[in-house]
Amino acid sequence: MSGLGVRTLVAWCPDWPVVAAGFPVGEPVAVVHANRVVACSVAARAEGVRRGLRRREAQGRCPGLTVVPVDVDVEARAFEAVAAAMDALTPRVEVVRPGTLAFPTRGPSRYHGGDEALAALVAGLATGALPGGAPTARVGVADGPFAAGLAARRAPGDHADPVPGAEVSRGPHPPAPGIERRILVIPAGASAAFLAPLPVATLDAVGAVRPDLTEVLRRLGLRTLGSLAELSARDVLGRFGPEGERAHRLARGLDDRPPALRTVPPELVVSIELDPPVDRVETAAFVARTLAAELAGRLAAQGLACTRVAVEAETDHEEARSRLWRSEGGLGPDALADRVRWQLDGWLNGPWGDRPTGGIRLLRLVPDQVVADDGRQLGFWGGAAAADERAARGVARLQGLLGPDAVTVPERRGGRAPGERVVLVPAHTVALGTARPRPDPSVAAPWPGHLPAPSPTLVHAEEVAAEVLDVAGAPVGVTGRGLVTAEPALVAVGGDRPVEVRMWAGPWPADERWWDPAAHRRRARIQVVLADGRAHLLTLEAGRWAVEATYD
Amino acid sequence: MGAGPAFAAVQVARSSTASDLAALRRAESLSTPTALARTKTLPLAEALQPLVPGGALQRGTTVGVTGPGSTTLALVLSAVATAEGSWAAVAGVPALGLAAAAELGIALERLLVVARPPDGSWAVVVAALLDAVDLVVVRPPARLASADARRLQARARERGAVLCALGGTWPQPCDICFTVTAPAWVGPTGAGSGRLEARQVEVVGSGRGAASRERRLPLWLPGPDGAISTVAAPAATHPTQPVPAGLAAVS
Repeated sequence: MSGLGVRTLVAWCPDWPVVAAGFPVGEPVAVVHANRVVACSVAARAEGVRRGLRRREAQGRCPGLTVVPVDVDVEARAFEAVAAAMDALTPRVEVVRPGTLAFPTRGPSRYHGGDEALAALVAGLATGALPGGAPTARVGVADGPFAAGLAARRAPGDHADPVPGAEVSRGPHPPAPGIERRILVIPAGASAAFLAPLPVATLDAVGAVRPDLTEVLRRLGLRTLGSLAELSARDVLGRFGPEGERAHRLARGLDDRPPALRTVPPELVVSIELDPPVDRVETAAFVARTLAAELAGRLAAQGLACTRVAVEAETDHEEARSRLWRSEGGLGPDALADRVRWQLDGWLNGPWGDRPTGGIRLLRLVPDQVVADDGRQLGFWGGAAAADERAARGVARLQGLLGPDAVTVPERRGGRAPGERVVLVPAHTVALGTARPRPDPSVAAPWPGHLPAPSPTLVHAEEVAAEVLDVAGAPVGVTGRGLVTAEPALVAVGGDRPVEVRMWAGPWPADERWWDPAAHRRRARIQVVLADGRAHLLTLEAGRWAVEATYD
Repeated sequence: MGAGPAFAAVQVARSSTASDLAALRRAESLSTPTALARTKTLPLAEALQPLVPGGALQRGTTVGVTGPGSTTLALVLSAVATAEGSWAAVAGVPALGLAAAAELGIALERLLVVARPPDGSWAVVVAALLDAVDLVVVRPPARLASADARRLQARARERGAVLCALGGTWPQPCDICFTVTAPAWVGPTGAGSGRLEARQVEVVGSGRGAASRERRLPLWLPGPDGAISTVAAPAATHPTQPVPAGLAAVS
């Protein structure tokens, strides 16, 4: 399996809901959601108030308790100041939830002289950004966000005793006095040992897995993360599914990033040397089928599915061709073999100048992106899922014929010009058939000055030069105030005979990106309907008219 | 639904009273494969239904679209089918206005675009698209071999896809031909004010077989509200007059 988690720093502000609600920790305060206490101040905790208590019970234990309802918006807004304080250190701050932030330490830690120095710096900055009376921020550094988060929670703090067994290694720059009690740095590679004695319930306390799972683990006698980590990954996956596997990875101090982002272990790469070299597609495809079956077997043994695979081929003349293939539902051996055949077909039987000069010597399948194999459920009657699958197969085939970027799909963007509002992106970069999950935020922006519907059905990629003339045959211009110098009467498109203008509308000046000298465009658009029935959108830029689009 | 008809049929076998006969008719209506007819056609926008026999595009047909406004008409032909789950592809129209396609009702997430198929493999690309999607809109290259065109039409028939050729240069006779004529725009009111809002056209449908009878249909392409609708009779007599949006659209 893959290596250790990314070295991560987590800064945690204790009792954040209480702090965000504007109460000092000295007052007994409880934040309540759905009649249960979700956070309480130090003073309330001293009276016996705990998370998860019912409101009445909490008030019974501490009669002077102030109860406030939870307000996530306020929490998030108040935490923004703390997150902004980290901008001086790194641009990659990730707010895990209000009260907790994380970032990878690799760059900042080298710059500031080690994890300890960085942690001390973060603790100082975060505490400085907190409102007065709030408990000081704690900082943990470990391999992976899960271990780092636990390290932050187990940093001794100002008023507690140090946690036995947790080694705080000291860097070359001793931090300011007092600060060292607020940070806990787990040395690289020691995260598993740090996690081992912790109870298994910490998994659900930080929201990593569902409480049901930790309850089952506890009843099975797996009381600590260490005892869970001792089990084999395959057994855990077989018994508890993907969630169990995730818990197991966390318990071992490994990365808990979603599997799509983790690097592929090298043993998944399959390759075959062909001797003698193969120059026929059919032979290569036959070999590819066994290779694909081998890869599928290896993936299945680890409970993985491959959603993107690189097919690499090399000839005995050292020519190489590599292409990425993608399929949302995971590539089965047959689908994979088809893709190898398409790619080699496109190469070996392609244009003469592009063909390899020798036979294929090496075939390699490199899984580029793997996910946990949760199967794929097709619609019972085929229907839309079958149509999507047929289209995806067709796209893959065309990519083999024409190259990966030849097949495109539309994607909505923002913009004023008719061609800017929807653009084409290569089909392999998106999940086919599903509405794009997160559209570009500029889609919903108002874009003042764009022409309302109907939009032109033809937007010319290369603008066609045009001439716009008035009744006397003199060229028409647009003044700096956005008015035409004369009414357009004749329009000649692309050097043709001038045609009489039936109707016209405009001009609409557009002064775009004036803040950027390189991208600045100052244009005026008019719509014309010509005597031959054609309707055009004409653009005047730098004194020249052009047909930007046609209403066909 | 599976147990109902069988149960009704057993009832009829015992005694054939009037109520049992009614049950038998109900059973027959339930067991008639109504879904089969639908799977042989692609749905069409309501305003276009009078133009084709049966009110829907038969799968496997070739449609030719010509005249000013042909791109809009081809997009409208694809719109309802893509909205109901079919895929469409456009090949050889590099200037396609995708914003207009979205406005005309095409589900963009089920549209493939091959902007410039290479001349050498044009027919191969279109054949692959006919395998992949239900509706392929093409603008044929200047010199498309007649044999290639015939082969593509056969492929469309075999795969149950609709091939829609723009521009009237398709070298083989099409099953259905639409010619857009007499475009008249509405909107600009003179001296530069107003904007293009709506267009009236007359679409002439002809073709082979059941479609051979010529059909003429005045259409808003698109209408003042952005939708495609048939033109009401009074508006058709003054096509160049600006028509208020509320009066124009009659579905």
